[in-house]
Parts: sequence; C-alpha cells; structure tokens
Amino acid sequence: MIETQAPLLEIDRLVVEYRSGRKRFRAVEDVTFQIGRGETVGLVGESGSGKTTIGRAVLGLAPITEGAVRFAGEPLSRASRAERRTLGRRLQAVFQDPFGSMNPSKTIGYTLAEPVLLHEGVTRQQARDRVVAMLERVGMRADAAQRYPAQFSGGQRQRIAIARALMSSPDLVICDEPVSALDLSIQAEVVNLLRDLQESLGVSYLFISHDLTIVRHLSDRLVVLQRGKVVEAGDTDRVYEHPQHPYTRGLLAAAPVPDPTIQRARRAARAIA
Amino acid sequence: MTTTRIPPLTGRIRTRPRATQTPGAFGRLLRKPLGAASLLFLILLVLAAVLAPALAPYDPTATDLRNTLQGPSAAHWLGTDALGQDVLSRLLYGARDSLLGVLQATIVWLVVGVPLGVAAGYIGGSFDRSVNRVVDIMLAVPSIVVTLTVLAIFSSSMAAAMITFGFLGSANLVRAVRGRVLAVREELYVGAARVMGLTTPQILWRHVLPRAVSVVIVQAALFSAICLGVQTGLAFLGFGPPPPAPTWGGMVAEAMTLFQRQPWLLVPSGAIIGLTTIALGLLGDAVRDVNAEKSSSRRGPARRRSLGAPSTGAAPAPGALLSVRGLSVSYQAGDDEVTIVDDVEFDIQAGQTVGLVGESGSGKSLTALAILGLLPAGVQVSGGSITFDGRELTGLSPREYRALRGSAIAMISQDPLSSLDPSFRVGAQLAETVRTHERCSRREAKARAIALLEQVRLPDPEAVARKFPHQISGGMAQRVAIAIALAGRPRLLIADEPTTALDVTVQAGILDLLVTIQRETSMAVLIVTHDWGVIADQADATVVMYAGQVVEQAATAELFARPVHPYTSGLLASNPHATPRGERLPTIGGMVPAPQEWPRGCRFADRCPIAQPACRDAAVPLEQIAPGRTARCIVARVAEEVRQ
Repeated sequence: MIETQAPLLEIDRLVVEYRSGRKRFRAVEDVTFQIGRGETVGLVGESGSGKTTIGRAVLGLAPITEGAVRFAGEPLSRASRAERRTLGRRLQAVFQDPFGSMNPSKTIGYTLAEPVLLHEGVTRQQARDRVVAMLERVGMRADAAQRYPAQFSGGQRQRIAIARALMSSPDLVICDEPVSALDLSIQAEVVNLLRDLQESLGVSYLFISHDLTIVRHLSDRLVVLQRGKVVEAGDTDRVYEHPQHPYTRGLLAAAPVPDPTIQRARRAARAIA
Repeated sequence: MTTTRIPPLTGRIRTRPRATQTPGAFGRLLRKPLGAASLLFLILLVLAAVLAPALAPYDPTATDLRNTLQGPSAAHWLGTDALGQDVLSRLLYGARDSLLGVLQATIVWLVVGVPLGVAAGYIGGSFDRSVNRVVDIMLAVPSIVVTLTVLAIFSSSMAAAMITFGFLGSANLVRAVRGRVLAVREELYVGAARVMGLTTPQILWRHVLPRAVSVVIVQAALFSAICLGVQTGLAFLGFGPPPPAPTWGGMVAEAMTLFQRQPWLLVPSGAIIGLTTIALGLLGDAVRDVNAEKSSSRRGPARRRSLGAPSTGAAPAPGALLSVRGLSVSYQAGDDEVTIVDDVEFDIQAGQTVGLVGESGSGKSLTALAILGLLPAGVQVSGGSITFDGRELTGLSPREYRALRGSAIAMISQDPLSSLDPSFRVGAQLAETVRTHERCSRREAKARAIALLEQVRLPDPEAVARKFPHQISGGMAQRVAIAIALAGRPRLLIADEPTTALDVTVQAGILDLLVTIQRETSMAVLIVTHDWGVIADQADATVVMYAGQVVEQAATAELFARPVHPYTSGLLASNPHATPRGERLPTIGGMVPAPQEWPRGCRFADRCPIAQPACRDAAVPLEQIAPGRTARCIVARVAEEVRQ
C-alpha cells in the first residue's frame, strides 16, 4: 500500500561531486524532483548542466555525495552491491550511442537474454521466447536474435537497446539522449516506440536530452538544469508556454524552429533583445 | 622532485622545431625519474668524451709496467690494464670513438630515413610502393655481414662501417615514419590546411613533420643503443683503430683474455657499455611515455584530390555563382563502380544562402566535398559539371584547385577543433592563412588576423589569438574556423553541419554570425545540414536530397509552406515540432536503400504513400514544376499541372 503512494523515483537534494586531486567539481548541486509511475520527466540542459550525471547517479554509475535517491521508497544511496543488482531488474537504461553499447561479438539474442537469465533464473527456452516476443514488440523480426550488432543500422540498434532495457520489465528506464544520434525519420519512429511501450507497459521514463522539441513531445513534466542546478521545473506545457527563468527563455528562444516565417520573427526579436 | 641542474640542456632542446611538443612536454620528460637520469647520464658521457684531454688523469697510451693489472686505487680510480695503462683515461678516450660511431650511423639513418618515410607516407601511390619494395629488400639483407664486407673493402675504416650500418638500419625508420605520416595525413586539420590553400611542402613542414618527430626520437634512441652494440662489437673483434689506441670494445676483448688473472678489468668497460645502452633505451621509453600522455588525436575521414571527369554539357544557369549540373560521384568496389551521388543539380547565386538537406547516406556531404575537390580517397566525380563563376571545376589540376580553395571557396566543418592544428596558437594559424592568400608582412598579417577575430565577434580577439586550440570552447573554435575561412575573402562558403556539435544557445550565436557576416561580405553560403530548424533560419533556397539525388528544390518559404515531393513532406512532418504533445509522430516507414540496391525507377517508391506503378518503371527526371521549383516526382508533377 505504502509503495503505491510513494513516487517511483525520488531525488532529494542530490549533490554529485567529482574530485581530482585537491580540486572539487560539483557536477550536480542540490537537485530535487520526483518521477511518478507511468510518468515521463524530461531533463533538459546544455552540455555541462549535469543532466547526464543525474541519470548516472540514479544508475549507480556516479557517486552520490550528498542527498538521497529513493526508488519506490528504498534509498539507492545506501544500497549494497547485491541490492543494486536486484534493483537492476526494475531500473534500466538506454544510452545515446547505439553502436558502442552492445558487445559486437555476441548475438542480439544473447544480449537480450542476458539480463533475464542473470536476474530471474528462467530456463533458456523461456528466455528465448521472451526475446522473440520483445523483438516483435519493438518492431524487429524474430530472426534478429541470431544476428550480430554490426548487421543492424543505428535506428535498429536503438530499437534493440530499448528491447534489452525492457526485457526485465522495469518500472523506470533512464533514457540518456536515446535519439540524438539518429536521423530525423528514424528518430520519429523510436520516439513513437517509446510512447507505445509506455502506454502498454506503464513504464516511467527519465528522458535526458538537449533537444527541446523531442523532450517537449515526450515529457509530462520538465526539469531544466543549468550548471548542475535546477532553474525551473514544472508541467511541460506550462514551462514551454510561460517560461519563468531567463535561462529557460534563452534556451527556448535559441532553438531554431522549422518554420521560416516564425524563425525570421524570432531572429528579429533576438536581435532587439 | 629531482633537483637535476642541467642548464646547457634546456638550450639544446629549445633548438628543436618549436611545434614538436606542446609546451611542457620536455618538463614532463624531466619529471620521469628514469628518463631524466638517462638524459643526465648521456649528457655527462658526451661531455666527458669531448673534454677527455682535460679530464683524463693520464695519457691513455702511457704504459707503466710496474703497476699492471691493478684494482681500483687512489692513483688509478678504475685500476690499470696489462700494460699498466690507466683504465679511466682509456675509457674516456674510448668514448670518443664509440660515440662518434654512434653519431655517424644515426645521422645517416636520419638523413635517409626521415625524408623517404615522409615522402612515401604523404605522396603514396606508386612512389610509396617502390619505396616499400626497396625497404623490404634492405630489411632482408643481414646488415652485420654487409658491414663486415665494407670493413674488408675500406681497410678497417670504422666510419665506413657505421655509415653503412646507419644506411641499412634506416629501412626500419622509413617504415615507422611512413606509418605515422599515413595516419597524420588523414587528420582533418591537414585537410583543412589544404582547404586553406597551403602548398604540399608547407603542409609537410608545418603540419605533418612535427607530428612524426616523437616517433623519430624514440626510434633514434633505440637505434643508437643498437649502434653502440655494433660499434663496440666490431672493436671487440679487432676492427677499428689498432692497439694501443683505446676503444671500449678493444678493452672488453683484452679484459676477456685476462679474466683469470684480474676479473676486475672487465667491470669498467662492461659497465659503461651496459649503462650507455640502458640509458639510451630508457630515454626512448620515457619520450614515448611523455608522448602517449598527450591526448591522442582522432582520425578524420580520408581526403584526397579527386580525378576530374568530363562535363556532360548541360548548360549552367546564366549569372549563377555556382552551378552544379548532372553531378555524379562514385567509387570503385572491386570491378563494380558504385554511384553514391547521382545527377545532382542546383545553383547558388552570388550572395545567396542555399541549404542542402538530407539524412545520412543522402550524399549531401559528398556533394559539398566534390565542389571543394576534396573527395575521400578512391571516390571520384564520375560525371557532370561544377561551374564556379563561369569556370569549370571538374578536371582542375590539384594545383589549380588549391589556388581556388580558401580564396574563392572556403569551408567550415562540424568539428572546428579538429581542423585546427593543436600545436599552434590560434592567432598564428590565422596569420599563416592570411599570408598564404595575400602578400603582406608578418605584422600586417597579425593585424589582419586580429581584425578577422573581431569580425567573427569574439569578445577579446587579442586574448583569443594567444590561445591554443584546446584552450577555447567549441563555439569559439567554430568562430575561429569561420575567421580562417574568411581570411581569403571567399565568394562562397561551404558550411558542412556547422552547428551540429554545439549547444543550442551557442548554435544560435553561430547562426546569427553567419547571417551577419553574409550581409557584410555578400558572400554566398552553401549550408549542409539535417536540421530543418537551421534550414528555416538560414537558407533562401533549399535543395532536398534523398539516396544520392536531388528530389526537390525550391525557395525555402515555399518549400515549408507547400512541400511537393512526398519525401520532403514526410521528413518535414517527422519533426516533432509540428505534432501536438501526446500524438504519434508521422513517420515515413521503411529504410533508405543502400547505393547498391537503388532501383531503376523512383528511389523513394518503396516508402511512398502515393506511389504508382509508373514510378517504378523508369528513372524519374528532376523537372520544373513551377517557376523556380523543381521536383523528382511523377505524381507531384501531374498534381501541380492540375493545380495550375
């Protein structure tokens, strides 16, 4: 009962600090936000804003210096390695680089089956059936399981990466720039796929991107980051229509809009500002 | 921290080409204890050899038969030999011969190896192949046997032997340098230097050779160690100056025969040879480590001049600055010629900005490179014509193209940082470019460089000019790249994805800058991008490419308002901007066919929602469908006729 009331992911006054020698660098400073079940929260900001670091901290890939990250009420900051591993079932990730994120010497079937074989102790046949089902779910043919990553295009590989993330039926998927490396028409397909899967599986997304249009399209709520700090957060439409913080306004004004008439007006407005 | 004081050395190292290492590389070498100790040891050894007459306590050939075969003592620090000669003095004098031999061999090795390696790596082709043949033969010859033969001919002349050995050893250096140059040649900034219009010797001297120096230093240290072994070995065998002249090898030989009576005698000569060899090896190691600590540079795509092809004779538009007609680009795959850009046609008027848009594999970047004459190795213009200001560009010689690039047509790329040479300050690179384009003094060039940095709206031009490329941000680097492009006062700027790698606020600044500069200079711009936002922001006219072909071309406002080709409308719609949140994005479906699988008919037919059987029957021509508008679509043409 309690679990259903708590937000799925709670990030509470998170600080991530990197040290090199005596120098300290705060990549994330005092960041707080939540993600509910079945919700998508967009994390936007430019390079160096700390958006990727937050995702990595949630995944246990970056140190939590201060504050807490709670997943379904359980603090991740104090989770042991063994606990982290079992959490891996419920918390997955899709990264930007669809080429570097898969072992080139293993078949797609192996790559997809690996998490369930490790976490759930199912039989090989059961794992194989689930791989086929998941491949079909992300719009790939079942025979893809016998092939190797090099035989697929970037968009197909990103579909496979999404399939891998969803194999263990996670509650939350951290999507770190999952479509930035893809061509526009492929990008649209992957975005649709993410949305469809959310509708059918009820999974939550933390969607990290520098691309404001994509984030706007997918997110229920937005968190805008600048140099490790949250400058604005709120309902997506509210943030886009009525940005409060000057940095958010600057970001929105800077992104070129695919409409020559509007873009001319925006350029003129920018020249005056 | 080691407190090694070696003032003469700093001066010596400074005389090396300034660009070989980033500042501090030598300092880093000194921080390596083994490297610093080896260097110190070698310098002391050289000094000792040079100053032997002053340092040696005795005449190296003075015999003292009362004191033979003594161990170390106050009078003879390292003892005496069978004739009572002072071992220390003999070692000091012997060092001269040994080190001179090493020096002779190494100099010959460098003089032969470096130029041949650089030439083979940079020129390539049949020259490279013949050099490699010769190198292979040289490596197969047993150099010691040849050296012994030379000694027999030149009556035991050690100099002749060492020179021969250096010559034979240079084969290895040729290989090492060639490998390094091959890699550097592919770097983007070497391509950029070519875009700027630098000559081959300039590129070799300024951009290629400095990057090969570290390899040469490492190899030189190791080769010297080998030479020392050979030199002492030959002396040991009795070649070289006859006794009583002191040689290290001769001393070892003598010690060997007397080993039963006085084992100590082997220690000084053996130790000095061993230590020198180790020092040379360790120094080479340290230099290599220092070099490895520097960030390794990424490989860029291969760039080489293209071969010209005859024009098909399609008429260029009158008055256009750039006119591309029927342009085809292809590469050879085995026996098949694969076409990757096919029948591309568009014009750019003076002062106009044209956007070239398409997805990966559409051929947009190759089209831009074809205009610049910078197609990758093995890829060539196989048909059509490119006319710039009334002059045919296909079939220009590399020299003519070089004169054109930078001064008439300039380029900026997606990754400005990699097109700047990391070992030069920004201002120096800019001034260098200015001087390649106009005759002026260094002072004038520097002033012009600062003015250019001002023109690209860099806040503190003087400060930026003093920085190295790695010290500036991506946005600043792109501004510097634009300044370099403007140095030759070009009439056409080709911008290949100029803002793709930049943050959105930085991108806005660069896009604004492009517009401003174009207004100031009335230069034409060809902007290659996949981003409809950039097209909407920049382009007066837009050319859409799909699977190597132009599928639609129109004024930008008209194209956005009313796309005619189904691919254009599909691609425009898949941009999430126009779709309300929560709705599915429109997608095209299917995949871009690979060049080998291009169908005979319309290349988009398999993904097209309005395809007719006729679309697949024959190649679809690019046709005018309205004044100033062309499209490659049968259905669209008919619809357009009906509409009118």
